[in-house]
Amino acid sequence: MHSTRHGWKWLLSAPALVVLVLAASGPLLIVLVYSFLTPGNMGGVAWVPTGEAWFRVFFKRDLFEPDVITWNDANLMVLWRSVWLSLQTTVICAVLGFPTAWFIATRPPTNRPFWLFLITIPFWTNILIRTFAIQEMIRNNGTLNTLLDWLGLISAPLDLLFTDFAILLGMAYVFLPLMVLPLYAAMEKLDFRLVEAAYDLYASRRRALWHVILPMVKPGFIAGSILVFIPAIGSYVTPRVLGGGRTMMLGNLIALQFGQGRNWPLGAALSVMLLVIVTAALVLYLRTVSKESGGPRG
Amino acid sequence: MAKGFDVRRLPGFASVALLTIALLYVPIVILVVFSFNDSISQSQWAGFSMRWYETAMNNATVRDVSIRSLWLAGVSAGFATVLATLAALGTTRVGRFPGQTMIYALINQPLMVPEIVTGIALLIVVAFVKVQTGYTGMGYMVLAHTAFCIPFAYLPIRARLETLDPNLEIAAADLYAGPVRAFWHITLPLLVPGIMAGFMLGFVTSLDTVVITEFVKSAGQETLPTYMLGQIRRSTTPEMNAVATLFLLLSLVFVTAFFLITRKRG
Repeated sequence: MHSTRHGWKWLLSAPALVVLVLAASGPLLIVLVYSFLTPGNMGGVAWVPTGEAWFRVFFKRDLFEPDVITWNDANLMVLWRSVWLSLQTTVICAVLGFPTAWFIATRPPTNRPFWLFLITIPFWTNILIRTFAIQEMIRNNGTLNTLLDWLGLISAPLDLLFTDFAILLGMAYVFLPLMVLPLYAAMEKLDFRLVEAAYDLYASRRRALWHVILPMVKPGFIAGSILVFIPAIGSYVTPRVLGGGRTMMLGNLIALQFGQGRNWPLGAALSVMLLVIVTAALVLYLRTVSKESGGPRG
Repeated sequence: MAKGFDVRRLPGFASVALLTIALLYVPIVILVVFSFNDSISQSQWAGFSMRWYETAMNNATVRDVSIRSLWLAGVSAGFATVLATLAALGTTRVGRFPGQTMIYALINQPLMVPEIVTGIALLIVVAFVKVQTGYTGMGYMVLAHTAFCIPFAYLPIRARLETLDPNLEIAAADLYAGPVRAFWHITLPLLVPGIMAGFMLGFVTSLDTVVITEFVKSAGQETLPTYMLGQIRRSTTPEMNAVATLFLLLSLVFVTAFFLITRKRG
């Protein structure tokens, strides 16, 4: 091994690490610190340590009787909506992504790059543009309502924009490729002889799907779910454009604290909470993966 | 096995798949089509026209923010590519060393942390540094974008480096080339496709970054995505469709180039 000979080599990564510490990791630590400070009058913070921001994430005090403490339903509602919409997004992406990935994986090998490219183009198209496209389509005088009206299916335009449904639609649309690509990667390696064996043993299509195919592509499902869930729970652009401030997700609530809310410590505490959710999802993923590869088959 | 029975076929899957792929494109196609509409409507077709492109081209703000975006993407992707190349050389083909996991975690951090969190974290730091130093230039944006682009530039460079035959460098050393000469004449030329791919991925990443920019930018530092984000909250005209279409085209060019570069030798 030449690992000892090149022991100094890792120093080459030092400049990149310096930039990352300055503009990525370092600031995150400061966010944690800020979540324990007192809000300043004009935004910013006063350097007085307190747990008030964390308290306010979950609870609120009565305006007239400060001893009366109740749940902060407004914040908890946003938190719940973020988790719920992200889970729904993940499920929708899985349901649509599975047949799509399967279709691509079962094309002749020479055609697969073409179909994959079709999935990759939207993946690399700016999220903002794709969200804008959805907004244009579902607004009151948009193409969808015009089409439905022309077909005689509706008499008045559907109020789709600025609803939870709009956010869900937008997120599923934007994150779908993130589910298809890992699923495809898992299916590409699938040993079709095992599927054949199942049919030889008189398995129905449904049984082959549930007991042979699905267990084998499970790692792709898990990877795809985590790749969809993490950006979904941290969404800011999609709920801002399609929720229009009327219906918020965690990302928008955080942004609000640094804007009109002028409560930087609360925004910092909410950010730390978002990071905790993301980390929990990642840890869950890593544990499932190590169990899958380590444990017995089946 | 009976003829005509295909184990790869699952009934209904092909139709769902084709429908899904079509749905991925419908909103984008509608957006593009109505950028050519000869009317202000975004749902009633009134004939082909380039007028919204003319309007967009003559819009000084659009020109201004586009140039800033391209400049920022070029500079940040350039820095990120140099840093990522060095980092890839430092972490690939060197065997295991202490702190390796930490370095990987640091490099990939921008991929894991939600952009909104990175955005407000940078907002806090930038606000502090601004007060301390009085500097309000583009430096903050360049630094933020560079850091965010590093993992995207790093991945293709590292992938390319891993495919290189270490014997080539050993051969160069046998022929009395020092490490610098060996790198300059052997490793670097072979690494060029990876570096180019890394730059392009970094460029597209910077160009697309909206959330981080939104929180780091000072007055007068609007980029194309943050400008669009501000505009589309109101009722928009097809001018925005035209801008979005041009933006789309630019990303498409870079992504296609990226594919061609990485596929040639893969």
